[in-house]
Amino acid sequence: MLARLILKDGSTFKGNSFGFEDSRAGELVFSTGMAGYPESLTDPSYEGQILVATYPIFGSYGVPDRKFWESSRIHISGLIVSQYIDTPSHFESKMTLSQWLKKERIPALEIDDTRLLTQLLRDKGAQVAKIVIDREIDFYDPNKENLLNNVSVKKIIIDGKGSKTVALIDCGVKENIRRNLLKRGVRLITVPWDCDIFVLKEKIDGVIISNGPGDPKMADLTIKTAKVIMAKKIPLLGICLGNQILALAAGGDTYKMKFGHRGQNQPCIDQDSKRCYITTQNHGFAIGKIPSGFRPWFVNANDQTNEGIIHKNLPFMSVQFHPEATPGPVDTEWIFDKFFKCL
Amino acid sequence: MKKILLLGSGALKIGQAGEFDYSGSQAIKAFKEEGIKTILINPNIATIQTSENLADKVYFLPVTAEFVTRLIEKEKPDAIALSFGGQTALNCGMDLYKKGILKKYGVEVLGTPVSSIIASEDRQKFADHLQKIKIPIPASHAVSSINEGLAIARKIKFPVMIRAGFALGGQKSGVAHDEKEFREISEAALSFSPQILVEKYLHHFKEIEYEVVRDAQDNCVTVCNMENFDPLGIHTGESIVVAPSQTLNNYQYHLLRSASIKIVRSLKIVGECNVQFALDPKSNGYYVIEVNARLSRSSALASKATGYPLAYVAAKLILGKPLTSIINEVTKVTQAAFEPSLDYIVAKIPRWDMEKFRGAEEKIGSSMKSVGEVMAIGRTFEEAIQKAVRMLDIGVHGVIENKFIDEKEIWHYIKIPTPKRLFAIASGLKKGFSINKIYQETGIDRWFLYRLKNIVDAEQLMSSKAMSKDVLLKLKKLGFSDRRIGEGLGISELGVRALRKKHSIIPSVFSIDTLAGEFPAKTNYLYTTYWGSHNDVQPLKGDGVMVLGSGPYRIGSSVEFDWSCVNVALNLKKYRKKSIIINCNPETVSTDYDMSDRLYFEELTFERVADIYEFEKSSSVVISVGGQTPNNLSSRLDKYGVKILGTKVKDIDMAENRNKFSDLLDKLKVLQPVWKNFSDMESALKFARRVGYPVLIRPSYVLSGLAMNLSYDESELKYFMKRAIEINKKHPVTISKFITNAREVELDGVAQNGRLMVYAIANHIEHAGVHSGDASIVYPAERVRFGSGLRILEITNQLAEKLKISGPFNIQFMVKENKVYVIELNLRASRTFPFISKVTGVNFAKVVVDSFFNKSQEYKINYPPYVSVKAPQFSFARLEGADPVLRVEMASTGEVACFGETAEEAFFKSLIATGMSLKKKTALVTVGGEENKLKFAESVWRLKNLGFKLYATNHTNKFLKSKGVKTKLVSKVYEGRRPNVVDLIETRKVSLVINISEYGSQTERKTDGYLIRRAAVDNNIPLLTDLNSARLFVNALDKYKVEDLQIKSWDEYL
Repeated sequence: MLARLILKDGSTFKGNSFGFEDSRAGELVFSTGMAGYPESLTDPSYEGQILVATYPIFGSYGVPDRKFWESSRIHISGLIVSQYIDTPSHFESKMTLSQWLKKERIPALEIDDTRLLTQLLRDKGAQVAKIVIDREIDFYDPNKENLLNNVSVKKIIIDGKGSKTVALIDCGVKENIRRNLLKRGVRLITVPWDCDIFVLKEKIDGVIISNGPGDPKMADLTIKTAKVIMAKKIPLLGICLGNQILALAAGGDTYKMKFGHRGQNQPCIDQDSKRCYITTQNHGFAIGKIPSGFRPWFVNANDQTNEGIIHKNLPFMSVQFHPEATPGPVDTEWIFDKFFKCL
Repeated sequence: MKKILLLGSGALKIGQAGEFDYSGSQAIKAFKEEGIKTILINPNIATIQTSENLADKVYFLPVTAEFVTRLIEKEKPDAIALSFGGQTALNCGMDLYKKGILKKYGVEVLGTPVSSIIASEDRQKFADHLQKIKIPIPASHAVSSINEGLAIARKIKFPVMIRAGFALGGQKSGVAHDEKEFREISEAALSFSPQILVEKYLHHFKEIEYEVVRDAQDNCVTVCNMENFDPLGIHTGESIVVAPSQTLNNYQYHLLRSASIKIVRSLKIVGECNVQFALDPKSNGYYVIEVNARLSRSSALASKATGYPLAYVAAKLILGKPLTSIINEVTKVTQAAFEPSLDYIVAKIPRWDMEKFRGAEEKIGSSMKSVGEVMAIGRTFEEAIQKAVRMLDIGVHGVIENKFIDEKEIWHYIKIPTPKRLFAIASGLKKGFSINKIYQETGIDRWFLYRLKNIVDAEQLMSSKAMSKDVLLKLKKLGFSDRRIGEGLGISELGVRALRKKHSIIPSVFSIDTLAGEFPAKTNYLYTTYWGSHNDVQPLKGDGVMVLGSGPYRIGSSVEFDWSCVNVALNLKKYRKKSIIINCNPETVSTDYDMSDRLYFEELTFERVADIYEFEKSSSVVISVGGQTPNNLSSRLDKYGVKILGTKVKDIDMAENRNKFSDLLDKLKVLQPVWKNFSDMESALKFARRVGYPVLIRPSYVLSGLAMNLSYDESELKYFMKRAIEINKKHPVTISKFITNAREVELDGVAQNGRLMVYAIANHIEHAGVHSGDASIVYPAERVRFGSGLRILEITNQLAEKLKISGPFNIQFMVKENKVYVIELNLRASRTFPFISKVTGVNFAKVVVDSFFNKSQEYKINYPPYVSVKAPQFSFARLEGADPVLRVEMASTGEVACFGETAEEAFFKSLIATGMSLKKKTALVTVGGEENKLKFAESVWRLKNLGFKLYATNHTNKFLKSKGVKTKLVSKVYEGRRPNVVDLIETRKVSLVINISEYGSQTERKTDGYLIRRAAVDNNIPLLTDLNSARLFVNALDKYKVEDLQIKSWDEYL
């Protein structure tokens, strides 16, 4: 079925629909990862976004069982690829990508020249757009809204066993962060983004603020919690959105990037060891002003943007990239180990 | 550090080809930027790395421990780089290390420590090492005898894989299904290597590779991963390969990525490393198959596939620089410390040349037989693979080829892996064969099979009468050529082109920027696609000059054309022109990011060249420096209105059309061997009877003498005539009188508007009848008499004038009894162009460019005080069954050239450089024919005086006895007595085999001569089959000991 992708600036691309056949609006972003679409599509940080895949061939290995996803559902609002593969080949494939998208009511288009689309976003910056199939709809900017209620857990979950207890503030957490924590042997309390963890009456040895979608400044309640955590000197690790929240809570500032970092090949330099790590990223906001008491921990080797901060003497640290990977390189899993040493 | 010795890879051979010219050249540039001097040793004179202005000093010498030791004594380098010259350099380095030479002279090994190289090369040590770091490897055992191996095979159960240790390109390895096969394969492997490895055969596992770089600071990234289309069991050099992997999910991708990084770290690799995996298609189980701690063919492919300059970066890293200090040379704004993201797919297909080797087995497997490769870039697999098959230049226009007789034959070629398998699969899919069944037979992942089916299904659309815009676009997006669509519609290629343009269906130009468009990189690395609605670059218009490259390396077209191509492109700058190179061979230097102003990694077809010409609005095209492939496009491009630089196309035609050229020679009163075209047997036989045997037969329009043959009698003529007609039904067969015992002379030159500007004359050591590509060539032509030399020059001047030659050309002459005959004129740069340029010190390619712009000066080249000999490199050992004899059809895969004070010295060095090594003074001599025996008698006498223990078969033995030379009689195979001559060779009683046949006796294969030659090659014993070259070699042995051969650099000679 023929459909269109319309950008706010008026650019229009014709495409073939291979997903759910309905119009949908969101923020248009591109990702340069070449593998790992089931993980990306279920990453809650993509909530409200229409994703353009720069790798042109998509759907090749179908869709695996739910247990391999990063959350319980697809979070992107729409998908744009160049060539969709309807004949997947993989021993773990349970259904085709198209079947999955239809089931989860997510529209998707094949557009020949996704490179042009990428260049447009790169040069003009990320912008809102809409997939139009049959009915006209309005544009929608997810960054103007608090999306955390859509992606965070609704109630407190406790799992895992261990001598230490870690609270995970779920702003749209990726399952692999939870897997990474649990495999290190802790009692893990996952709480909603707006939960005041101190009412739990638990002895909390450390807190992690997860990744998530949208503008960090929308996460006012989480910022407030983070302030208390730091005041109590409880070890704190922020990941992605959590990184930005930590910076804001500590008195730093964040800004919206032109088109963000989305991919699996971002080089980040550890400012202490000068070592370079290849990281997975998915963010449109970044830390601008580094809060006092903190120093830059990681810097992006390509564009010199900040990729993480660490407190000069207290156990507060955060990274803009995804140490839990999925998708992407697993080179920075040691961040979890470093955090665990502080507990 | 001030001075680095860089080891080159020597001649191109199967398993080790042009990729090392690329890696060595990059290394030299990287060292130079750091202010370090490079001393290069590489006898491969056709390479770009041995050009002026790259290395500080070049030694055209064999890359062996003996020569390198003496070179170290002389040059006293601070350090040595081993990882840029393939297995040859690595083996030589390990040799030097084991002999303590490097320690003795305080030469530091750059990059990966030698202990790690040894650990990665010795299979048992490697297995132990991987077990220690908990990386899975297939159950395997290193053994040194067949019986030991059999015991292992029984234990781990058949089928088992047998590999030879320390061998390049999987030489002599194979899968054994039973004890009989086991004995055969392991015997062959043990003849090459003291150690074989018996391992579990992983049936239909996927084969995946990673290219890893690591610096001394332990930064480590994987630059590219690749997936083989063919499952395990077919060597990666023999496989169709795609990058990035297509069927791996995120978990598998990173499982293998992490494993490769772990291995590279544990081995303390500094620089580049290739890791090969086997991955179970039904689980996440995997094994490591191989690690190459050096630049490799795969790394060259990865480099071209991603745009990441692996060799350049590796060279910086081995100097100790951190990866984080190196800028991404492609984008200029981002870092080398990253992993490229592709927004396209590349497909590599190997190029085989099996038909060039008489008797060679067509089946492919775990050892390499291919002689080159192509790489195609597209936005989809369909687009890339269809481009790639056209790039092979084998007369195929897409994956759907209907050259199979019936379904039975299709199944045969699906089941048995051969170069035809891809086409058999497409044909099978067209016949409705099930994908599952094809998968079960081949182990090729269904993903690929479904993609091929997508192409096959789309082909059905071509039968529709009205070709709508949408359908036409769809076909183009799936990689169909205009010509193929035209065939389907019953219209011409140009008709489809016109239709396409009417619908504005023209390909887009995309750039490869390593970051999938994330950063606005201004790159000059381009490809075309029908999946675009924009272009990444603006046309260069009149500033641009297109230079067409040579395409895949194959027999007869190799690195020498890349040298010409690169040198022409570089020299365009002088005339303020921007070079636009089109080529599709990932092993080349011409496809490096910094060789041209623009690089199109594209097809060298009329369609694509015209597309690029029209897009770029280029001023002109150079077709005369890339060998036969671009040259063949000349008339079509000319007719289409493309401006071609140099000699006019109608004059090119005059030289290439045998009738017109013959008339011209007659008019100029220039002698030529009598010839005529024939389409029927009877008149051919009549002609041969009239002019007398032997006669030379060749079909029209073929490369490097394909199906060209000498016939010594009527039965041979009948046989070859039949074969030639089969190969090309449309065109007549040319038969010419063959002049025996004639000397063959080559003249390479450049003319400008019909005036000769520069030339050089060289002669073949072998008599006429050996293909010029297989001949040993001496410069200066010391065996050409003054009178003949004058006549050659006179003819050359006449031809240059008559054909108004502008640009490069090559004339082959035959001289007999002071009469000069013209055999052939080629109005393009010949194979000997780089050789001639380097031995004369005049860069002929530069003169070519000057001539294009009417600015050439006249060169007078003085007779040099040195001699240089170019010698062919054969790869017969790789090609089971092929007859290793010199013929009119070319069979060599590469060449070397060395300098000396005399032809003997230069020839001796060259032979050593092609792998000749005499372990003991023992030789087998069999000479056929009375005349040959007489001519060779003196040489045998010399060998005897040198202390050689000689063996000979019956006739030779008797003859030599009559001349007073005693030899040990050995029986021929047909005589039935044991031990026979083959036993003698197989037990290595001889270190040299001289086997000279009376004449080709080309129809029959299983003669004793064949068995002797084959045994020599299979047992890695030096073999000489030509009378003249054998004589020269014996003279060389007489005059020089190996240690007398001088260690002098190129500039010391010139």
